[in-house]
Amino acid sequence: MKLTLKIWRQKNSQTKGKFEVHKIEATPEMSFLEMLDVLNEEIIEKKGEPFAFEHDCREGICGTCSMVINGQPHGPMALTTTCQLHMRHYKDGDTIVIEPFRANAFPVLKDLVVDRSAFDRIIQAGGFVSVSTGQAPDGNSILIEQDVARDAFDAASCIGCGACVAACPNASAMLFTSAKVSHLSLLPQGQVEGAKRVKKMVAQMDKEGFGNCSNTYACEAECPKGISVENIAKMNREYFSAMVSTSDK
Amino acid sequence: MIKLDAKIPEGHISEKWMKYKSSMDLVAPNNKRKLEVIVVGTGLAGASASASLAELGYKVKTFTFHDSPRRAHSIAAQGGINAAKNYRNDGDSVHRLFYDTVKGGDYRSREANVHRLAEVSANIIDQCVAQGVPFAREYGGTLDNRSFGGVQVSRTFYARGQTGQQLLIGAYQALSRQVSLGNVEMYNRHEMLDVVKVDGKARGIIARNLLTGELESFAAHCVVIASGGYGNVYYLSTNAMNSNVSAAWRAARRGALMANPCFCQIHPTCIPVSGTYQSKLTLMSESLRNDGRVWVPKKMEDVEAVRSGKLKPIDIAEEDRDYYLERKYPAFGNLVPRDVASRAAKEVCDEGRGVNQSGLAVYLDFYDAILRYGRAEAFSSGLDPEDYATVKKLGTKVIEAKYGNLFEIYEKITGDDPYRTPMRIYPAIHYTMGGLWVDYNLETTVPGLFAIGEANFSDHGANRLGASALMQGLADGYFVLPYTIGTFLSKDIRTPAFSKDLPEFKKTKQEVEDRLNQLLNIKGERSVESFHRELGLILWDYCGMSRNAEGLKKGRELLRALKKEFYSNVFVPGELKEFNPELEKATKVADFFELGELMIVDALDRNESCGGHFREESQTEDNEAKRDDENYAYVAAWQWNDEGDPVLFKEPLVFDNVKLKTRSYK
Ligand SMILES: Cc1cc2nc3c(=O)[nH]c(=O)nc-3n(C[C@H](O)[C@H](O)[C@H](O)COP(=O)(O)OP(=O)(O)OC[C@H]3O[C@@H](n4cnc5c(N)ncnc54)[C@H](O)[C@@H]3O)c2cc1C
Ligand code: SF4
Ligand code: FES
Repeated sequence: MKLTLKIWRQKNSQTKGKFEVHKIEATPEMSFLEMLDVLNEEIIEKKGEPFAFEHDCREGICGTCSMVINGQPHGPMALTTTCQLHMRHYKDGDTIVIEPFRANAFPVLKDLVVDRSAFDRIIQAGGFVSVSTGQAPDGNSILIEQDVARDAFDAASCIGCGACVAACPNASAMLFTSAKVSHLSLLPQGQVEGAKRVKKMVAQMDKEGFGNCSNTYACEAECPKGISVENIAKMNREYFSAMVSTSDK
Repeated sequence: MIKLDAKIPEGHISEKWMKYKSSMDLVAPNNKRKLEVIVVGTGLAGASASASLAELGYKVKTFTFHDSPRRAHSIAAQGGINAAKNYRNDGDSVHRLFYDTVKGGDYRSREANVHRLAEVSANIIDQCVAQGVPFAREYGGTLDNRSFGGVQVSRTFYARGQTGQQLLIGAYQALSRQVSLGNVEMYNRHEMLDVVKVDGKARGIIARNLLTGELESFAAHCVVIASGGYGNVYYLSTNAMNSNVSAAWRAARRGALMANPCFCQIHPTCIPVSGTYQSKLTLMSESLRNDGRVWVPKKMEDVEAVRSGKLKPIDIAEEDRDYYLERKYPAFGNLVPRDVASRAAKEVCDEGRGVNQSGLAVYLDFYDAILRYGRAEAFSSGLDPEDYATVKKLGTKVIEAKYGNLFEIYEKITGDDPYRTPMRIYPAIHYTMGGLWVDYNLETTVPGLFAIGEANFSDHGANRLGASALMQGLADGYFVLPYTIGTFLSKDIRTPAFSKDLPEFKKTKQEVEDRLNQLLNIKGERSVESFHRELGLILWDYCGMSRNAEGLKKGRELLRALKKEFYSNVFVPGELKEFNPELEKATKVADFFELGELMIVDALDRNESCGGHFREESQTEDNEAKRDDENYAYVAAWQWNDEGDPVLFKEPLVFDNVKLKTRSYK
């Protein structure tokens, strides 16, 4: 199939970017990123500069790939990362617009590559259990109900890709942050420092320049891992109770 | 002349580690604060080591080329992690895990290291639970287990099909905590390009800031390599696209030895290659072989008809199918170990019976399993077990509950629905047992240079058992290195911090810069990618699933010729001092060329078949692998040599606690 690609080109974070138009011949079996590989190969053959885009596992688990395809983070398919998207969902003659995730807290570094280190700093603010190596009791001394383990797992399956931020009209990081807060506060191991954690993580989130949540829920719709907005409600409850509790746990 | 000393402690196998721990030199807390450690890598091994060392009080600098430590390749591991907890009361023990691992590795690993691994395995699970890793649970709230990879006990802990992800997130969180406390300085988007030695000891690294392209020097008292495996030397593998050998290889070029580089694991159930643009291969979990039957058509006319799409596999009559694993290995059938299943698939495809366009695929069929489960379900719920529609519906449900996510992945990639038509699968490179040679302390032959995780030659001998890589990475990082690193650092408590302005740093940095400029200045006609693909094919053809002397020699010649062309005809766009992914690829491929050659040399030296290494010259009458313990019970540790052939050092393997046996699955 013959496709027209409109792709974002931007030298670095200091310069302005613009769209470039390229024609390409693709086959239905290719993945979307393989289609971009082919484009880059063609550009290199002509001694041009390939488009920079990020990727690694190419199976939807590392959270590295990040691009907005025809206005949607990770493209048109639900519960699918860009690297899992295949060209059979497109047809001959289609035009595809490809641009980086857009958010103030995710500055563009080059072409389709953005800086998502703000997410690391949110985790560093408190997204952990304070237990050092060697301090752990026997694994079975902490019994956890199957359902609770399942819910914690669901929240913990966030891949940190940032599509939720890119999808949100306010570029809010509530879905990402709340997924981590829920994961840990569902489990007895994580509850001990729950109040402190939620306050610190929310404060860091605000400091990084992410927007507020206005309950649009575009995040949930675009999240490739199906992280539920219920996590946001849960985090809000925990945040308020942490703020009203007088003792700073 | 290097003398290999594994530094195995004295005493009975079950007491070595305990005694070692109680008699080793310790570093006092106030001294730890003065000692700096560089860790390269944030996979399970690197993240767990960084966190644990920082908790102990060392000053840690951690590097990853990823944009975040959480993206390391470990994230993709699916099946689970082993531990000798014996929660099932099924007779598991430290000794049994030790025994299974040595046997599974086809008797090419070091007993003392493997025993220690089995000993600390239980602590790993406890640690991960305490961190909040959401392992699967039983109804009563206790940890669930499953069995994995042909062992007789249930010792694999898991978190749905995403165990690696959950374990890595746990280690990443522990690391993040240490970053927030100021105990770890985290360098994302920094690629280590060389080791710096001062007076023969590893005292720092040169890394490239991948955003600016600047080369930067970092000094420390010692360096830990946790950079993962090198399966991507074959270009196509199940590894993440950016996994590579460069950190380990640069260490090797600075005097560390590379051990058993030809030991690569090929996983039998991966989604086959569909076109020349293909960038990677996706693993379909081993667990599928519990219910799927592997087959190819008997008749060539059926093969041709399915290839061209004129015939559907479900329309091929039962008597025209060759369930070749069940035929050749009646005792184990579809559940033979990874290496055996892989070679059998290659054999039938070499005969021309592969079932996709390229002829490199076999069927993995769930039809019988669906009917079998369906009948049982129908029977137990009082429905008619003879009614096809009901049975099929019920059976599909059972299969969905067991393998739903895998079937979904398969359908996403191929567009085929495996509930209706058999999957097509083919073996792919998956894991590398070879790696930097280390002693009991996990130290390479360069003092102060340590290697952990998949990057070392590890505890898996010639073949790794399922769910044992995650165990080893975390054992090394949480529970072994934090002790053993003290043997080196305890001698350094009075050594002040090293300055990165030392001439050794300047010199090494210049060498790195020259190397990168050399690649940029070739300005030839071919892309880096095209060379990598071709290199991968050479290795796959001549140093892949089965190897022979003639092929290996030919492969080496082809590889050398291609390498020569690479250095005269590669085109690397862009500049040194900018964000330049093509330059990153070029340095990796340059190192893969050298490693690839060493793999061939190693495979040629080892004229026996063991584990993942199958030499056609060394097989039984019925074409099974034949080990040669008399001549090859050693670790082959190689020194690279730019001027001539690599130099071999042998570490003899002594088995005092496990009897050497021939594996048989007939
Ligand atoms: C698809 C798949 C499924 C698997 N499933 C299982 C399973 O179920 N159970 C099991 O036990 N094992 C499994 N394995 C194997 C296991 O995942 C790996 O062996 C293990 O995760 C390796 O961990 P590591 O920490 O050694 O390295 P990695 O996780 O590969 O980490 C390497 C790190 O080093 C960094 N790095 C590398 N080079 C440099 C450099 N030059 N400069 C800076 N940083 C560098 C990288 O950025 C990364 O952070 C699986 C493997 C694959 C491919
Ligand atoms: S919540 Fe979903 S969209 Fe947001 S970072 Fe996590 S996986 Fe990505
Ligand atoms: S490349 Fe890993 S999620 Fe897409």
